[in-house]
Amino acid sequence: MLKILKYSFYDLMRSRWSYVYFLFYLLLGLVLLFLNQDLSKAVITLMNIIIILVPLIATIFGVMYFYNSREFTELLLAQPLKRSSIFLGQFFGVAGSLTLSLVLGLGLPFIMYGLVKSDVILNFSLLILTGAFLTFIFTGLAFNIALSNENRIKGFGYAVLLWLFMAVIYDGLFLLSLIVFEEYPLDSFSLAATVLNPIDLSRILILLKLDISALLGYTGAVFKKFLGTQLGFLISGGVLLLWTLLPIWRLTAKARKKDF
Amino acid sequence: MIQIQDLQKRFGKNEVLKGIDLEIPAGGIYAVLGPNGSGKTTLIKSVLGLVIPDKGSISLSGERIRNRWRYREALNYLPQIANFPGNIRVRELIGMIKDLRQKRSEEAALIELFRLQPFLDKKLSNLSGGTKQKVNLVLTFMFDSPLLILDEPTSGLDPASLLSLKKLIRKERENGKTLLVTTHILQFVEEIADQVIYLLEGKIYYQGTLSGLLEKTGQTDLEHAIAAITSEKQDA
Repeated sequence: MLKILKYSFYDLMRSRWSYVYFLFYLLLGLVLLFLNQDLSKAVITLMNIIIILVPLIATIFGVMYFYNSREFTELLLAQPLKRSSIFLGQFFGVAGSLTLSLVLGLGLPFIMYGLVKSDVILNFSLLILTGAFLTFIFTGLAFNIALSNENRIKGFGYAVLLWLFMAVIYDGLFLLSLIVFEEYPLDSFSLAATVLNPIDLSRILILLKLDISALLGYTGAVFKKFLGTQLGFLISGGVLLLWTLLPIWRLTAKARKKDF
Repeated sequence: MIQIQDLQKRFGKNEVLKGIDLEIPAGGIYAVLGPNGSGKTTLIKSVLGLVIPDKGSISLSGERIRNRWRYREALNYLPQIANFPGNIRVRELIGMIKDLRQKRSEEAALIELFRLQPFLDKKLSNLSGGTKQKVNLVLTFMFDSPLLILDEPTSGLDPASLLSLKKLIRKERENGKTLLVTTHILQFVEEIADQVIYLLEGKIYYQGTLSGLLEKTGQTDLEHAIAAITSEKQDA
């Protein structure tokens, strides 16, 4: 698996796209710092962008890479290699290089601005960690979609729909349900609904750590009570991990039975 | 070498292999023939583990291949259409496959044989179909394995390379290798094959020597023999 990972990673590092993403994040970090002139404010703005953009980039890139490397995959499949190592290697190659672009692209400007000595380093690290989780989750989901759909157009369509659903539609439905059922106690429902969507979960997690949950009003207090505690934090981390592992598990299971 | 029992595979509603029983002893060149869509590639891909059969078993040198991958160390495969990742160079591709297989390889002589030196530093997407096929051949023949599976090895080759390929195939047979070849070029079959396996609609219609096939169909050459089988099937 490590060899496949090496070649996928190497392949990606040479492609233009990795640099485009790296430069994009670099520019984003610099612009935010320049506009905000303040580290902790820049971190909050950054969160809003990361939460939406990282899943989108991971989804699109994952699907694109999977379809584009079909020839490479077929070549590898006829070699004495385990199927799961081929697909896992490619997955970690893509997710790893995307995460590297994210960490370096955002890390460099913030470090230059004096992040290490400031008190937002923990918040910033949490932000980057969540970004990494989201990258792995959505790359995994994208690989699953691409593996199950021979037709590229369909695969792309489903992938974009998935992102749209998780990032936008889910919240809409969530809010709608809150309004429709406002007569009922919705604390545990909204908590569960948030935990079930990795994007929402990441957002809440960061918001709470940034200590601006007061902005969320009563719901914020409920969330704070649950997620703000050690246990809540662990549970959310566990759910993010589960969201990462499930697509990987399905990927290997599906790949074992597929015909090429 | 290869034992196949009651191999069945369907893709959706399309039943491609309808119970194939096949025994291929070690050593010699076996040509797999059959009209388009008769299941040649599916059969080969099942042996390679690329296609997972619905039913039946395949054993290589006495070992069942299902859910295994190490047996592929003992075989080399030439895919039908040379689909390579386009953004890497020929030299890198050869190096990569060598690295992945960790086996002694003799690519230098093959590069020489197919005159590929000028292309070594070119990207694969910039190569012509015939040149890609030559790279494909180098990748297949550079390792020393007891079983070689060649899917349409002649496609796109110029006459000089075709001669080199035939020489190469004969040399492998002299070394006691087993070669499984699919092709539509009947002249190529007549020249090199020891035995023919004729697939028709997902079943084995005939396995044996070439002369036996001619006898069975009452024809004088392979082309007419195959035409006779196909039309006989259509009349029935």
